[in-house]
Amino acid sequence: MSMLELSGITKSFGAIHALQGVDLTIAEGEAVGLMGDNGAGKSTLMKIIAGNFHPTEGTIRIEGRDVRFDKPIDARNNGIEIVYQDLALCDNLSAAANVFLGREAKKRLGPFTYLDHKAMYSKAAKLFAELKSETRPRDLVRQMSGGQRQAVAIARTRLSDPKLVLMDEPTAAISVRQVAEVLALIKRLKATGHAVILVSHRMPDVFDVCDRVAVLRRGNKVADKHISDTSPEEVTGLITGAIEHA
Amino acid sequence: MSDISEKSHAVIDHTISEHREMTFLQSVLRSQPFWVFVAIVVMVVVMSFVNDKFLTGQNIYNTTRNFAAVGIMALGMSAVICTAGIDLSVGSLLGLAGIVLGLVMQAGYGIEIGFLACMVTAAVVGLINGVLIAYVRMAPFVVTLGMLAMARSIAMVISNNKMIYSFGPDEELFLWIGGEYMWGVSNHVWVLIVLTAAFWWVWKYSTWGRWVIAIGGNAQAAKLSGIPVERVLVSVYMLCSMCTGLAAFLLVGWFGSVTNAMGVTKELDVIAATVIGGANLMGGVVYAIGAPLGAALMELIRNSLLFAGIDALWQQFFVGLFLILAVLLEQIRNRGR
Ligand SMILES: Nc1ncnc2c1ncn2[C@@H]1O[C@H](COP(=O)(O)OP(=O)(O)OP(=O)(O)O)[C@@H](O)[C@H]1O
Ligand SMILES: [Mg+2]
Repeated sequence: MSMLELSGITKSFGAIHALQGVDLTIAEGEAVGLMGDNGAGKSTLMKIIAGNFHPTEGTIRIEGRDVRFDKPIDARNNGIEIVYQDLALCDNLSAAANVFLGREAKKRLGPFTYLDHKAMYSKAAKLFAELKSETRPRDLVRQMSGGQRQAVAIARTRLSDPKLVLMDEPTAAISVRQVAEVLALIKRLKATGHAVILVSHRMPDVFDVCDRVAVLRRGNKVADKHISDTSPEEVTGLITGAIEHA
Repeated sequence: MSDISEKSHAVIDHTISEHREMTFLQSVLRSQPFWVFVAIVVMVVVMSFVNDKFLTGQNIYNTTRNFAAVGIMALGMSAVICTAGIDLSVGSLLGLAGIVLGLVMQAGYGIEIGFLACMVTAAVVGLINGVLIAYVRMAPFVVTLGMLAMARSIAMVISNNKMIYSFGPDEELFLWIGGEYMWGVSNHVWVLIVLTAAFWWVWKYSTWGRWVIAIGGNAQAAKLSGIPVERVLVSVYMLCSMCTGLAAFLLVGWFGSVTNAMGVTKELDVIAATVIGGANLMGGVVYAIGAPLGAALMELIRNSLLFAGIDALWQQFFVGLFLILAVLLEQIRNRGR
């Protein structure tokens, strides 16, 4: 039984057909690289899995159960965490506040609960250290570099113990050292039985950590192959359309 | 990676995690309320030389009482402006809530019922504003402008355009709450102090406060994080209205009478006080202490002009000038970032 099973996912935004009958499965401990040209529909597919919007058609199954996510929190409650391509951070809050946004750490005093700033700062610091990111928990996100912001968005997925982590171009703006850490994180996730979908334009990253690679072209899945059965050249051809199908 | 570099990373990360971008003092120096406070101190010092009646107990008592109601309303307005919204209906609501309060007490009901009627009126107005803004997704400016007209009109209709000046069996207590003092400080000011402390706690320690600030920063991201954005927005508008309801209760008790014209153009004072106190109309910024300081500065300007013997017709000019200066100051500080 697969961890996640998408079948016939179609999504239209008015006249734009972002996705057309996409099937995708992923098992525990597996990492799938999702590749495709700009506008191919990668982010749209990730957002559907994360509960941002309903597919126009098609079904989502988690561990064999049919699910229907009405809002992102539903996906989260089903063990799905996501790093959005645009990161979805609040610039006016601290890094730690962003990591804990919507699930703040609290303390209780009689009938009152209040924010446990200390716990949130120290937990966020641990998560950033784990990512080897020089991100300070107390800094406002507004003042941060692109890579630090990305670290905040990734750290957010580490707060719970999700079954599936979706990463929409998590390495787009970060340094070589941090790319290595994100890739190491993905390997750790796999080793502990988590499933990962990695959207990336960086061929070496996908071939390094993923077990399979799926290619989207204009909303259609044109390939879904084991890494060992394909090559960067073939995937490039599939993305551009030089190779029709594989 | 080699062992040595692993270790040095760990060291760096530890010092980094404890690092604060700004010390407490630096962050105070960068905040708008601090500079408003400085302006207040400077004006008080200057005025104490200009006129020796300025720093008398009586004048301090009057001045603080005069701005307390605007400060209370500004506390609620700060929450609204923090979400990048605006509430133009608070002036009219002041009149409506005052009239409802007056009618209920005049009819012979006790002060508890009167207070409840006043607050429920405010809550309902806030609920309507909030639902139209959060769920129907109308622009806050338009919704509350409409409410400004409607609330005032309803106040006129139900008051039958008459003044109310008798408040039933609990009149004595009612007038005491609005018009008197404890330990030399006006009851209005006590309410303002307690509310400011409560708001300070809310912005710093409550989940709700954190969510309001998050919505002001990036409503889309807040929504994706699972924050019930619509519900929080409705509660923000209700809170703002209920602060106004409370102000109405105090003001009617102070004046000893109420007409449906109470609070005309008051929304402008409240918004000005909020903005002078450091709120940013783009949202995402809030200080509890900003609201009372902004209101205090505006009242101080009026009072100072009076004591300096400058024609009262200049009052609005200076209030407007300070408003623009406050926003300019904030922009200059932000540019340095
Ligand atoms: N909310 C939306 N409303 C309308 N059209 C949309 C929306 N979101 C995406 N689209 C359209 O759907 C198509 C696929 O977009 P998507 O963001 O999924 O591409 P992508 O593969 O992630 O591209 P990129 O590599 O640039 O991130 C595009 O044509 C885009 O314009
Ligand atoms: Mg994308």
